[in-house]
Amino acid sequence: MLEFRDKTTTEALIKEIRKISPENNIKVMHVCGTHEMTITRWGLRGLLPKNIKLICGPGCPVCVTSSSEIDFAIKLVKEKDVILTTFGDMFRVPGTGSSLSEAKSQGADVRVIYGIDEAAKIATKTEKQVVHFSIGFETTVPSIASEILESKTLKNFSIICSHRLIPPAMDYLLSSEDIEIDGFICPGHVSTIIGCEPYGVLAEKFAKPMVVGGFEPNDMLLSILMILKQIKAERPEVENEYTRAAKKEGNILAKKMMNDVFETCDRGWRGIGIIPNSGLRLKDEFMELDGEKKFKIEIRKSQDLRPGCKCGEIMKGKAIPQDCRYFGKACTPENPIGACIVSAEGPCYIAYNYS
Amino acid sequence: METGTAKRTKEELRKKGSRRIPRTIQLSQGAGGSMMEALIENLIAKRLDIKSSFVGSGIDKLEDAGIIDLGDIKLAFTTDGCTVDPMFYPGGSLGSLSVGATINDLAVMGAKPIAISFGLILEEGLPLDILERTLDRMSAVCKESGVPIITGDTKVMEKGKVDKLVINTAGIGIIQGDIISDYGAQPGDKILVSGTMGDHGMSLVALRFGFQSNLRSDEAPLWHMMEQLLNIGGITSAKDATRGGFSPNINELARKSNVCFYVYEDKIPIKPEAKRLGEVLGIDPLSTACEGKIIMTVEPAKADEILETMRHHKYGKEAAIIGEVRRNPKGQVMLETEVGGRKALHTPVGELYPRIC
Repeated sequence: MLEFRDKTTTEALIKEIRKISPENNIKVMHVCGTHEMTITRWGLRGLLPKNIKLICGPGCPVCVTSSSEIDFAIKLVKEKDVILTTFGDMFRVPGTGSSLSEAKSQGADVRVIYGIDEAAKIATKTEKQVVHFSIGFETTVPSIASEILESKTLKNFSIICSHRLIPPAMDYLLSSEDIEIDGFICPGHVSTIIGCEPYGVLAEKFAKPMVVGGFEPNDMLLSILMILKQIKAERPEVENEYTRAAKKEGNILAKKMMNDVFETCDRGWRGIGIIPNSGLRLKDEFMELDGEKKFKIEIRKSQDLRPGCKCGEIMKGKAIPQDCRYFGKACTPENPIGACIVSAEGPCYIAYNYS
Repeated sequence: METGTAKRTKEELRKKGSRRIPRTIQLSQGAGGSMMEALIENLIAKRLDIKSSFVGSGIDKLEDAGIIDLGDIKLAFTTDGCTVDPMFYPGGSLGSLSVGATINDLAVMGAKPIAISFGLILEEGLPLDILERTLDRMSAVCKESGVPIITGDTKVMEKGKVDKLVINTAGIGIIQGDIISDYGAQPGDKILVSGTMGDHGMSLVALRFGFQSNLRSDEAPLWHMMEQLLNIGGITSAKDATRGGFSPNINELARKSNVCFYVYEDKIPIKPEAKRLGEVLGIDPLSTACEGKIIMTVEPAKADEILETMRHHKYGKEAAIIGEVRRNPKGQVMLETEVGGRKALHTPVGELYPRIC
């Protein structure tokens, strides 16, 4: 652990970065909440040259969950006699109107859990229907898949399947003409599951450097240095900085489990729009565990962004939180308007608390 | 507090945004973070602010204790409501916590605790031995601090109407020297903590998540140590780092004093085990409760002597000077991280949840 946080190494890396850094602005995007935590936790932005911009992409699973999914969960737990479980970060995110936290304080049975196994355990001990609001990227999905396989016989258990995939989102951002990104720090945790190959396809298609990075401060700085070296040498490719955890081929067993249980579908990302093949839904054989099919609840037209909210632009790297008129005024972590200011991984939360 | 600057600080903007308080009470409003501050400052304190000539420092000051000013005699008066799950845990218990919290709220104001009261709310069906053990723990802490419990009240509620046992305590302390406030820090002062941060919170986190650990709650009544420090003098502000732990409490000191608390991360004592557990779960030990630790600012000339005295006391062995008070940015805590980066350390919002990914 020490070398990854060693100050002398940090200083050496910063020196190398300064040496190789070009004059023009370089925008490096990451798509992982934990990467943003590392950057802010250690104050890394302040150590880098001013023209190296680290942009927080759509890597916070809570921030990209659409209002319609949250509205559905709120209406479900308020109107039906169910226990709704979810991860803590999701608890306070506003949907079109209110949040699950407010629903709970009004009497709905919402429980914050730390792993889906707790939800299944609750289901075995109650007659009530238990619905898990299941969010997260590839890192989270295998544990969900495993629980689905184990709990498929439970008659009172289901999930609201809100999982999303990272590489299609990266593809979408790089395909957008008005978004300028010079390189990606690829999400280390996601990569432990999917490996490095999916980014290789993107690196080739868009001629952009892609470096799979770890989560210690010196991991991040080394990843940035590797991207700058690629830019200088004009050899965009996928490289792996996080070799101690992420393998080229990823976790074969986990990938198989994901594919056994889920299939891809188009999905809307809050503030960004519908991204083709970026969502996961349960395969037909697990249909009985699909909460949305089990409880046919009509929700009114939902609204992802209040007019003027810039969450979407921010996650695309086109705006910074300070550009938003609500930021820090009407929209605070205590009274959120947009989703990005709620989760500790959200770009607005981080800008509010650490800038 | 007036800032004297035309530009509103982030903390003021935060307050402005916080005025909209949800119409039903949420758990995060009791977690020691900014949501709790907003509820207390913008609703509770405002509705209950009644002036009297005997009040030296009232509810509007939001200090650890209020001050009753009788001319020659100044008293500090405080109260705590306590509930913990589980009721007994390594290093402490609900009973010891309830009186310890009250003693410490008085101690950090510079007041010698002289009397304590209790209110017990018991759930029908509570095993008697739990009550007996709880009272024994309360009694032991009060004996150690030399404070009598002089009055109390007991209620029993129907099963399910209250969770097992809730304790309210109140305490009176007498101020024999200077009142220590939570807004007196001056540029140049040294910032001290009396030991490792986050022990109580992280030991409970370990217990709740089923991690084997040697972490124990740091529960301790701090009057005797504080008495020695008061005799040295030079303390300009102090707070016990209870609910919410280090981050919200040091922020409160910085905000109320209208100065910058500049802190070196590598100087903040944290038990290695608490640090590791925090990293595994994505919970910051700096934002989890302590129950026997003080954060204080001290005039530079006295800082070393205060530190030495703390370290000689059994409750201050791991005390440290962690930074210094600077002029700007006003009202903020700046943290210089271990790798040399710099960031503002803010008050967490509400409950702490492990991150998803």
